[in-house]
Amino acid sequence: MLKQIEGSRAVAEAVALCRPEVICAYPITPQTHIVENLGQLVKTGELSNCEFINVESEFAALSVAIGASATGARAYTATASQGLLFMAEAVYNASGLGLPIVMTIGNRAIGAPINIWNDQQDSMSMRDAGWIQLYAETNQEAVDLHIQAVRLAEELSVPVMVCVDGFILTHAYERVDLPSQEQVDAFVPAYEPRQVLDPAEPVTIGAMVGPEAFTEVRYLAHYRQMQALWLIPELAEEFEQHFGRAAGGLLRPYHTEAAETLVVALGSVNGTIKDVVDQLNDEGVAIGCVSITSFRPFPARKLRETIGHARRVVVIEKSLAVGIGGIVSTDVRMALAGAGIPVFTVIAGLGGRAITQASLHDVLTKAHHDALQRLTFLDLRHDVIHREIERLETQRRSGPVAENILRELGSVADHIG
Amino acid sequence: MRTSHVKFYQTGTFTVGNRLLSEAERSVQSTLERTNALNSGHRACQGCGEALGARYAIDAAMRATDNQLIAANATGCLEVFSTPYPQTSWQIPWIHSLFGNTAAVATGVAAALRVKGRTQTRVVAQGGDGGTTDIGFGCLSGMFERNDDVLYICYDNEAYMNTGVQRSSATPPAARTATSQAVGSEPGNVFGQGKNVPLIAMAHEIPYVATASVADVRDLETKVTKAMSMHGARYIHILVPCPLGWGAAPHDTVNLARLATESGLFPVFEAEHGEITDRRTIRRKVPVEDYLRRQKRFAHLFKPELRTDVIAQLQAMADRNIRRFGLLDKEEL
Repeated sequence: MLKQIEGSRAVAEAVALCRPEVICAYPITPQTHIVENLGQLVKTGELSNCEFINVESEFAALSVAIGASATGARAYTATASQGLLFMAEAVYNASGLGLPIVMTIGNRAIGAPINIWNDQQDSMSMRDAGWIQLYAETNQEAVDLHIQAVRLAEELSVPVMVCVDGFILTHAYERVDLPSQEQVDAFVPAYEPRQVLDPAEPVTIGAMVGPEAFTEVRYLAHYRQMQALWLIPELAEEFEQHFGRAAGGLLRPYHTEAAETLVVALGSVNGTIKDVVDQLNDEGVAIGCVSITSFRPFPARKLRETIGHARRVVVIEKSLAVGIGGIVSTDVRMALAGAGIPVFTVIAGLGGRAITQASLHDVLTKAHHDALQRLTFLDLRHDVIHREIERLETQRRSGPVAENILRELGSVADHIG
Repeated sequence: MRTSHVKFYQTGTFTVGNRLLSEAERSVQSTLERTNALNSGHRACQGCGEALGARYAIDAAMRATDNQLIAANATGCLEVFSTPYPQTSWQIPWIHSLFGNTAAVATGVAAALRVKGRTQTRVVAQGGDGGTTDIGFGCLSGMFERNDDVLYICYDNEAYMNTGVQRSSATPPAARTATSQAVGSEPGNVFGQGKNVPLIAMAHEIPYVATASVADVRDLETKVTKAMSMHGARYIHILVPCPLGWGAAPHDTVNLARLATESGLFPVFEAEHGEITDRRTIRRKVPVEDYLRRQKRFAHLFKPELRTDVIAQLQAMADRNIRRFGLLDKEEL
């Protein structure tokens, strides 16, 4: 059914259609609307047979989901930013125990400085935690990925994060086609756990594993993600047959075949990138782009097949590995190892800074003419950082950096319009 | 289960369970049907109070639930010594997730059981004092506040024993631990810090809070049984001496637990919905010194010089407990 609907509401309705049995809710911007809506759906009875638990922290949210999942219930939670870091220990634990929890991340920057706006530093910080990570490009895809995520998680007994750009998607009202309960029921079967706490068949879960077996347990976690490289496209295909639209898969190419320059990115920024690719193609620039949906497992072979013919690759990423540069770029370089293709990193959209078509047009044109630095911070205010660097070099007690820069820039209102 | 107190005069204690007693006077612990939730072969130290407390507590919980019981366990001694896989000592479904999230994991188990309609199966969460009063306190308070259907049992041995005896918020003042060493002008743990989690649990007005010790396992069993007859958040705090951490003889575990309760240092009481409903009175009051002397963690109070000032402070704490909880019958006060 077509609806003009907020992204968070659409995600909540999609999650509800998957019949979760335990939902743990803790507020953090920008995912709050998702759990608010789920709470409403449970309270009105539209989502029945579901325990909605208001917990005291994100650490508890995921811990309650761990207990519920291990007892055979389909468990769901959502978080963002600091919340994901606060539950970090449980994030590793859920995957280590092989519990198929689905969690939405409303992607948001990590402080300090505190910042509530969108980038992808939060989920990137958990990229090695053993969860499958799927990134939605649109709210329609956010809905569709959640439905696929439940299947994926439960078939492999691996938890899945569905990453949805905060505000840009979570708070955007747009047209979304929500499937019917019958359609989802036919696609998502009842949860059949691989392990369950049951007095009729008592098992011990979570024993200590020493050097004699730890590597094997970790290898199998990797093995299951390698299986996901096959299962994710299969599920996407089945989804398309079933729901009549394409969604998910490992990655999505756009005008890649004849392109000399290829852009790689994750999430909602791909919409803007495609518009700029269109403009540049009209201008005669041979450029295309790839939206990576599955960041974990990383589709290295598929990516190489898709972009291996390019003269250069530009990775636009909303996260920063301080001290080296890009996070996504590192994996892209690994996928292209030996191909001799230069990979440029563009750090963009940090803390919610708008990624404009004009800026992308400029940076991609430069890249196409090999006039781009290997690591570029999009729209970086060089004047501002130079003055702060000067302060740092001339005064011992130069004060807090973030506050110095804010003082320099003046009030936020001065920058609007 | 019979809960009347039978004096076992041979040892001058309340200890029962001896199969030499007549059938009517025997403890349930003497029956061959005993479940033995925590089976033999585990790796606990000789004289471990926690192993003793856990076995009696979980046995009682199993009896009370017709063996329909699931346990969530915090990281700690109990977790490590009971599950040296491929061996496990647990006769019940058991999950260990993390150090600080046991109460929340148990909440999740309870929620799943409810939603699945498996309402005959009940949940116990268990952890040491570190996992309960320190790192797991947020999750514990959350579980209390929501009145989730979980019995949380804290086995309090008054320090982080699994990592090598470091101070917790349950470590008593003056006690030597690896992070409150017996050096300097005020050796051992500081006075005026720490927290009393049974009282904090009562402040949540949950259905049931109780303290117990391994000196009186019948009392412990009774309390666990009572807790399992109720629903909602329940908390039992059990004093379990640790020979290794306390610097005591393994054969002294039960004796030390008794001296802790008989001195007033560890008050044994029950509370329902935030109000104290019962307390175990002291049979023969002992000075705290009798308790302290038997433990190397308090050795610096006796050598090189007798620290009567510090011992007096500890005695004052015990006396305050006796007044506060009414641990002595009036004529003895």
